[in-house]
Amino acid sequence: MKMDNWTFGITMIVVGMGGTILTLWILSLIMSLLKKLLPYSKEEEK
Amino acid sequence: MSEAIVNGLYGLVAGFLNMHWSNPIMIVVGLVLLYLGIKKDIEPVLLVPIGFGCILVNIPLAGLMEKDGFLRIIYEAGIITELFPLLIFVGIGAMTDFGPLLENPKIFLLGAAGQFGIFLTLALALALGFTKLQAVSIGIIGACDGPTAIYVTSQYAPELLGAVSVAAYCYMSLVPIIQPPIMRALTTKEEKMINMGTVKKSVSKTTKLLFPLVVTILGGLIAPKGLPLLGTIMLGNFMKECGAVSRLTKASENEIANIVTLLLGISIGATMDGKVFLTSQTLIILILGFIAICLDTACGVLFGKLLKVVTGGKVNPLIGAAGISAYPMSARVVQKEGQKYDKKNFLLMHAMGANTGGQVGSVMAAAVMLSILKGMGII
Repeated sequence: MKMDNWTFGITMIVVGMGGTILTLWILSLIMSLLKKLLPYSKEEEK
Repeated sequence: MSEAIVNGLYGLVAGFLNMHWSNPIMIVVGLVLLYLGIKKDIEPVLLVPIGFGCILVNIPLAGLMEKDGFLRIIYEAGIITELFPLLIFVGIGAMTDFGPLLENPKIFLLGAAGQFGIFLTLALALALGFTKLQAVSIGIIGACDGPTAIYVTSQYAPELLGAVSVAAYCYMSLVPIIQPPIMRALTTKEEKMINMGTVKKSVSKTTKLLFPLVVTILGGLIAPKGLPLLGTIMLGNFMKECGAVSRLTKASENEIANIVTLLLGISIGATMDGKVFLTSQTLIILILGFIAICLDTACGVLFGKLLKVVTGGKVNPLIGAAGISAYPMSARVVQKEGQKYDKKNFLLMHAMGANTGGQVGSVMAAAVMLSILKGMGII
């Protein structure tokens, strides 16, 4: 696919920044959920 | 007989006679890198082999980077194949404790904001006339993550590898100088003094164990082109957290990481041949790399301000500056800045969380970027 630099740059900024933040947001939600489902206990440390 | 003597003498001075004007300059550059590594303690484990490699490759007629030259063999075995940065990642994963990040998962978002400089610098590089793949490789300096920068550049713009790697590692170690003025300029005194309290231990061992698996599977599905990066760092972390393979974990963070760092450094130095390296392009790349790190810091702090508003003032925006991959320097910078305004404010563990978020964020940003390129049919 032929693409001019302007289109490429804008696509990378929008999709790249958006994709990175969206992925990390989903990860943060999953990890928050896992924290609630599997709470910390001192027993486990032992 | 006299001709044989002259020829013999010529053999002894041929090295001097074949010196290109750029070679002595690059030998000095190599010496400066050695000085920075040894005397100034700037990433010595990398700058020493890079500096020495730079000196070696700028001595004419030795042919170290020609076919069958020993530097060429190392370069082709580990850089062209992308093996060295990936092996380094296993070690980084084995050394990193994602605990502080998992204590407060919303800090992950700071790790994303700290990567915005990558994409903004990419656009800037395009505007300055670099090709698309060169712009991607220059932008990745903003990941503040040497192995990621090497991985991407060696694949898509190998001609820029020397400049990009040197910029990535030098700026990474200059974080304590680059970040504070930006942090000070973008935050008010009240914001700097926000006390986030102490980090309570609230993450179970099982959650820590599941984290690398979740990142690998989810990240891999979203950005498959970046799976080698994600997979290796998470493999290292999984080995550390599972505790069942301590020999492998120790080998990854010590022997393997050390050997690969040596080979990686010397092969990067080997790409710094004066005839290729001393161009205006290199200077522009160094400037763009600096801009990338400044933009990362600014975006991180500004996103920290947004989080402060969203959380009702519970987040100190300074920790946003730690959302880059320079671990743990960036977190220490935040702690130091915070304590300038309130001696009893301990931001270190919160900043460590943002910093490890930045490590995952930088790899994820690179993975996302590669997958977009693949999606657009550019790679």
